[in-house]
Amino acid sequence: MAAVMGEPGPQGRFGDFGGRYVPESLVEACDELDREFRSAWADPEFREEYERILADFAGRPTPVTECARLSEELGVRVLLKREDLAHTGSHKINNVVGQALLTRRMGKHRVIAETGAGQHGVATATAAALFGLECVVYMGEVDVERQALNVFRMRLLGAEVRPVASGSRTLKDAVNEALREWVATVETTHYCLGSVMGPHPFPWMVRELQRVVGTEANEQCRRLLDGGHPDVVVACVGGGSNAAGIFSGFADTDAQLVGVEAAGGAAIGHGVPGVVHGMKSYLLQDEAGQVAEAHSISAGLDYPGVGPEHAHLAATGRARYEPVDDAAVLDAFQLLSRTEGIIPAFESAHAVAWLMREAGRSVPRGSTVLINLSGRGDKDAAQAMDLLGDRL
Amino acid sequence: MTEAGPLETALRRRRAEGAKLLVPYVTGGLGQDWPAVIEAVVAAGADAVEVGIPFSDPVMDGPVIQQASARALAGGTTPGAIIDTLGRLRPGAPTAVMTYYNLIFRGGHRRMASLLADAGVAGAILPDLPLDESEDWTAAADHFGVETVMLAAPTTTDTRLAAICERSRGFVYGVGLMGVTGQRAALAASASIMAKRLKAVTDKPVLIGVGISTPDQAVEACLEADGVVVGSALIRRLLDGGGPEGAAELVAEFRAALDAG
Ligand SMILES: Cc1ncc(COP(=O)(O)O)c(C=O)c1O
Repeated sequence: MAAVMGEPGPQGRFGDFGGRYVPESLVEACDELDREFRSAWADPEFREEYERILADFAGRPTPVTECARLSEELGVRVLLKREDLAHTGSHKINNVVGQALLTRRMGKHRVIAETGAGQHGVATATAAALFGLECVVYMGEVDVERQALNVFRMRLLGAEVRPVASGSRTLKDAVNEALREWVATVETTHYCLGSVMGPHPFPWMVRELQRVVGTEANEQCRRLLDGGHPDVVVACVGGGSNAAGIFSGFADTDAQLVGVEAAGGAAIGHGVPGVVHGMKSYLLQDEAGQVAEAHSISAGLDYPGVGPEHAHLAATGRARYEPVDDAAVLDAFQLLSRTEGIIPAFESAHAVAWLMREAGRSVPRGSTVLINLSGRGDKDAAQAMDLLGDRL
Repeated sequence: MTEAGPLETALRRRRAEGAKLLVPYVTGGLGQDWPAVIEAVVAAGADAVEVGIPFSDPVMDGPVIQQASARALAGGTTPGAIIDTLGRLRPGAPTAVMTYYNLIFRGGHRRMASLLADAGVAGAILPDLPLDESEDWTAAADHFGVETVMLAAPTTTDTRLAAICERSRGFVYGVGLMGVTGQRAALAASASIMAKRLKAVTDKPVLIGVGISTPDQAVEACLEADGVVVGSALIRRLLDGGGPEGAAELVAEFRAALDAG
């Protein structure tokens, strides 16, 4: 039996999920990436450079913050892993630094990426600037509008942003367009995928590149909790990269792992197994297998699929996945701002909203809960202003 | 050796007669008259027809076929309805469906294979199901006698190429260029190289598809290949309102050019 959150093997299988369902044109590129990542990840020099950039450039380690006022309000001890304090404002930087290093290692000079909330796009554009790579980011038209600040940041960083007008004009369609572009440019271009999804090796590789979040948090919690660990570790799940990162630090403990999905994009909650974007996983779809459109206030969680390892963790019961709706997210967004002076990303506010609902219910009073605060909320301020307006 | 199915048999026979093979692609459910389009292209000289079952997220398709798929889906078409209609059609040439794997996976491997077989569909082409993931489907397809056409790409290594040809039924689909479906101004150099590499390792019919937009390009590709698949150029004509007559006209032009060599 492989360890929980261990290596998925050459085919990238997590139980029944994962795999590599890509056009033949991309098979060789996925193989090359698998080979390069395996050798890089075992290479101390690569690891050292990755860690040095995360420290000197991205500001790691990020702290764990004890939330006195929120804890009092909820009756549980709340700790936040502060990925909002990482450079560019979210955990996404951890992944792109690793993939930019790999891009250079493979002798490629160009990266493409998809983005929903724009955080992965901004992170990719940032790493591209740092490494002198050409960068093109695909973003659904709906998201271009609701995340205008991030579109500007990407352009300022020298990236080209290509709005995607097909389908639901959100993250799902941005992934389609990035895959189509990759088929045409694969010999010079690396596809810098933003979450633990897509064809093997991406789900595994991105989890490994986010593992730093869990490794740090485990150590920080042991210091805070006299060698112990939290009772519950909770994170929002779009594709699932921030959750995979923090879960990986606690998968071998008896901490409960909880992933929080947007109610309108709950692939595990409401989906059934399917195959799209190169992976087999839970998927929102109709009876014929046409992929459904997700609906969420949060562009980063507005996605009908989920990373295959989460599907496996759900199927085996090691983690559980629960939905929260947009209204609860807006409440959480305000509560964390007022009680702790931290404005969370809408995505991260899902995890806070779940705890607001469950504290004193499925999470007994007196429990210790670690929330992965995956990003900061500046990007969502304009949308929140529209939604909250006079109510503030 | 497995015995050749009706698709491969028909294509081999035509090849033996000295013909270059012409396989047009038609999006199922595009307009009311899509069955008439299939009949018209066969009458105009198609040796087999590739029938697209539209999928919501067609990652191997460029803007033209994306638009056709979206329009067909908006018109309410379903895989079941398309297969049903194919079952009532007698176009006079073998058909192969082209679709994405999730529609098969969701429908069930055995159930979909038997539905296709019952409808008289000879083959299936699944561009997002590479060799390494294909076993569940091919086991069902083989059982019910559906010929699974495998794709090879310019980036495919020699070792894989041989395995792909070995596993392919009906014909071998050589992707002519690195890119998604769509019209191109000139034939990519990769198309002829692809065909030559495939012909060196297989005796099965080798067809080049993706980026064959004009009769001249088809003729050029067929200097090496046994035939071509023509998709976006035909769908463009249909999206522009060409109907069965327009489709037949275009296919007749390809036929004439290929026959003239
Ligand atoms: C702050 C933040 N958290 C979470 C996500 C969701 O991605 P994942 O589930 O991969 O962590 C995003 C994606 O845009 C994000 O910007």
